[in-house]
This record gives sequence, structure tokens and C-alpha cells, in this order.
Amino acid sequence: MSQLWTIIRREFASYFSTPLAFVFIVVFLLANGLATFYLGEWFAMGQADLTSFFMFHPWLYLFFLPAISMRLWAEERRNGSIELLLTLPVPLWAIVFGKYFAALAFSGLALALTFPVWISVNYLGSPDNGVIIASYLGSLMLAGGYLAIGSCLSALTRNQVIAFVISVVACFLFTVSGAPLVLDVFRGWAPQVLINTLASFSLLTHFRAITGGVIDLRDVVFFLTLIGGFLVATMVIVDMKKGEGA
Amino acid sequence: MIEVENLVKKFGDFTAVNNLSFAVESGQVMGFLGPNGAGKSTTMKMITGFLRPTAGTARIAGIDICEQPMAAQTQLGYLPEGAPAWPDMTPRQFLEFITRIRGFDKPAARAAMTRAVGMTELHGVLDQPIDTLSKGYRRRVGLAQAIVHDPDVLVMDEPTDGLDPNQKFQVRQAIEEMAAHKAIIISTHILEEVDAICSHAMIIDRGEIVAEGTPSALAARSRFFGAVSLTLDTQLLGQAQALLQNIANTRLEVLTRGVETVVSVFAENDSLDASALLTQVQTLIGQQDWSVRALALETGRLDDVFGTLTRKPRPSTEAAS
Repeated sequence: MSQLWTIIRREFASYFSTPLAFVFIVVFLLANGLATFYLGEWFAMGQADLTSFFMFHPWLYLFFLPAISMRLWAEERRNGSIELLLTLPVPLWAIVFGKYFAALAFSGLALALTFPVWISVNYLGSPDNGVIIASYLGSLMLAGGYLAIGSCLSALTRNQVIAFVISVVACFLFTVSGAPLVLDVFRGWAPQVLINTLASFSLLTHFRAITGGVIDLRDVVFFLTLIGGFLVATMVIVDMKKGEGA
Repeated sequence: MIEVENLVKKFGDFTAVNNLSFAVESGQVMGFLGPNGAGKSTTMKMITGFLRPTAGTARIAGIDICEQPMAAQTQLGYLPEGAPAWPDMTPRQFLEFITRIRGFDKPAARAAMTRAVGMTELHGVLDQPIDTLSKGYRRRVGLAQAIVHDPDVLVMDEPTDGLDPNQKFQVRQAIEEMAAHKAIIISTHILEEVDAICSHAMIIDRGEIVAEGTPSALAARSRFFGAVSLTLDTQLLGQAQALLQNIANTRLEVLTRGVETVVSVFAENDSLDASALLTQVQTLIGQQDWSVRALALETGRLDDVFGTLTRKPRPSTEAAS
């Protein structure tokens, strides 16, 4: 356990060793603001809530989070430090989860820094703060899902650009799998079970359910299963590469 | 301390390491020699648990690296090729991380770091990010990381590669200091290094051991072993050649480097023992009053052995890969 904590600390600190972390946070906050106020027409809505703020999170995360997760493993491979990491007496799960939790903590920090929006709506009106808290949690779980997918795909390659691109594509597929755009393609010929299964894999559907203000256990279980599944897949891939020697 | 048993590693159709077995005891420094691509690094990666062997295994202090990797890795210090580290960390942060992950408490970690930093002389750069350090310092940071927990077994992949002569000397000195109570494997393609620090040496080529023994025993397999070499002015060469050829049952080999020439006298078919040959050559020099710059009874040349053993043509089946 203390080894897990040591890894989380090292990884988390490494985000702040370069100005990149600050650039990332600033750009993320700006993009968030632009999306909420311009695309979401927050002022025109005349409502003191954060619906239009959370609405864009899946699409912002789609590009921002693969930028964090791409380096998790690809950079270690390129740098050679993976050889150091994997020959220390540490269980593989501690390395995989340690790296993941550090990435999650960093994106959580970026998310937490959006708090002025929350303060603003409370100043302007009286929003349902319960819904807002639920939405923040939902947003964090969504981020967790994207990062787990990204961690797994980063373990496949030593090239960060490739890791980024395939992560964006994979996250996009997981996001839109419940959208009419996708489901209409299957509707009419595929059995309903398949369509339901496909729709149930959509991060967007589960995220929307939570930001609606209801934390349903099924949505939480979905996110935790997805995250757990992709982290276990990360472990399998890293372990497999030990056998291949790549 | 280190036992390697029938280690095999295949990458697809290519056999990188083919049935390698050897043992290194505590107090021994094993030098791993071989041309690039011979399988040195691959072997080390398997011994340290970074790669899984296709077959066979290695034991560190009696613990099987494949069955109990963590227990084995606790006893092990490893300097991977190129001494990788996290470039954004300082050596202090880096070593703190390593000691913490190896389970040291604060006072023990401090003592261990002081020791490792002392041996690798890192005091001056402890708080500079690793990517701003020179190659020599980076190598020493890697070395400090490998020895910080005072392991019984040390595996180092080209510890002196890319260092200047002074830095090489320092790293070798650090290895010699530790050698007495550790089992050490180093890989290198610098032959002088084997003479300088290794108690044992092994030449591998295409994944197989082609020669093994103490450095002097290996050198003795050289065709120069037992020959008498004399260095003299190139001007004297014609005269010397004529007279040296008169010694019965000998053959000459001449190597001219500008004004200096080395003449090696070989006894053919062991007809003459080495000291008798030396005496004859000395007598001749005395009679002729040549000014000889150097005269030596050859103890063998490691580079010659290395070249002979690792320059065999590849079998045609492997030529494609």
C-alpha cells in the first residue's frame, strides 16, 4: 500500500515539474469557460444552474484527457525508465493503479479549479447544489473512464502521438455508442439486445443520467467496472510485453 | 549468488539467447563480452526480471526470478543500458523515491543515500534536474540507484559506456570497492575493462557462450600467447628480420607503425618453449646491440581472442534475420 502511495506521489509531482501542467490547466479552464458561455449560451438561458457547463465535459475530456494519459506508459518506454520501474520489487498492480490515480488526481484538480463557476451561480441565483455535486462526481467518473481507456492504449505503444490519436478515437466510440447517430445504423436489422448492449456502453448515457441529479448505483457500477476493466487490461498488456520483449 | 540455467529467449524466429548457463559467486565480477547484438542485454533483462525467458530461468541468491520476482528483485541492483532515469527529477528526489519504494524508513533511507552518493560522488549535483546533468553524472546517478540498497547481487549493462577516461576510472574504482562481498555482472565491449576489474569473463556471440574463464586464461587462448614481441626502429627491420629468421623453427610476424615496428616471433609447433625463445631473442639483441624499445613475452591478447571467436560467418539459415 505504501508503495502505491509512493508511486502516486512521484507521478503526481512529475506533472508539475514542467510548465506543461499549468498550461494544461489554464487551457482546460479557458475551453470550459468558452464552451459554457458561448456554445452553451449560459447567459441567454437565464437559469442559475450548471447544465450547460457539464454538458460539454464529455467533448472537452475527449481531447484533454488523452493528452494526459498518452504519456503514462508510452513515455516510460521511450525513455527506458520502464526497465527501471519494472525491475524494482513492486507489484505490477501498484504501478498501474499508482500511475492511474496520479493522472486522475491531476484531472480532478483541473476540474476542481472550475469552482468559480459554481460560486457564480450561487451568487446569481439559488441552484440545486445537490445536482451540482452529483454532476461534479459524475464528471470525475467520466474523466476516470477516459483515463483508464487511455492508460490501456498508452501501454500498447512507445509513441505518444499514436497513443493520443487511438485514445481519442476509442474514447469517442465509447462516448457516442448510445447516440441516435450510431444506434440508427443498427436499428431495424439488429436484435434489440445488441442495440441495448451497445447503448449501455455509452459513457454519455451514464454521464447524462448522473448530471440529471440522480446517482444511480447502476451508473456508478458501470463506471467502476469500465475503469477496473481497462486497468486490468493495462496490466495484462504490460505483462504481455515482458514476454514479447518489445 | 547468481545462477543462470538454460536461459533461452526467442523473438519470433530469431533466437537472441540460446541455452545460456553460468554461475557467479559472491566476490566475483563477471565480465560479459560480445559484439553488439550478441544477447548481452537480453540476458541481463531476463536475469533482472524485465523480460520473461522463453525457457530456462535465473536464480538470485537462490530465489527464482520467474517464480518470485519481487523477492529476487529485493536482493538485486540493476543498472539498465543507458542508465535511464526520470529526467525531471533531481538525483536527490530520484534516490529518495528508490529508497522509499524499496521500503526503507526515513533514517535508513538517509544513511543509504549518504553511502551511495559518497561512492558515486554525486554531492555537487544532488539538486539539479537529471536531464541537465552530463552523461557521466547521469551514469553515476544510475549507479547510485543500483547500489543504494546495498544489494548482494549487482547487474550493470555497460556501466562505463560513453564516459571519459577519468569517469571510467572512477566507476571502475567504485565497482572494485564493492566487489569483495557482492556477485557482480557487467557487460562491456571495452576489453581493457575486463582486465581491469573482472575476475571472470565470458565471451558470447549470437546468444551462445563461446569462451569462458579468467581474463588471463582467455587471453592465453590467443595465438600470440607465448610469442616474443620486440619493438624497434623501423630502420633496423631488414637486419633484424634476417637474423631473427635464423632462430630454428620460428615464424615472424611484422607490424609497422611509422618509425616503430613490432616483430613477433612465434615458435612453430611448440618446438621451443617460451622462455627458451625469449633467451635466444635476448642473446641476439645483445650480440647485435640493437636499441630495442620494448621486449615482451606475450601473455596473450584478449582482443585477438575476441575477434577470432566472434567473427565466424553466420550460418545461412540465420543470415536472413
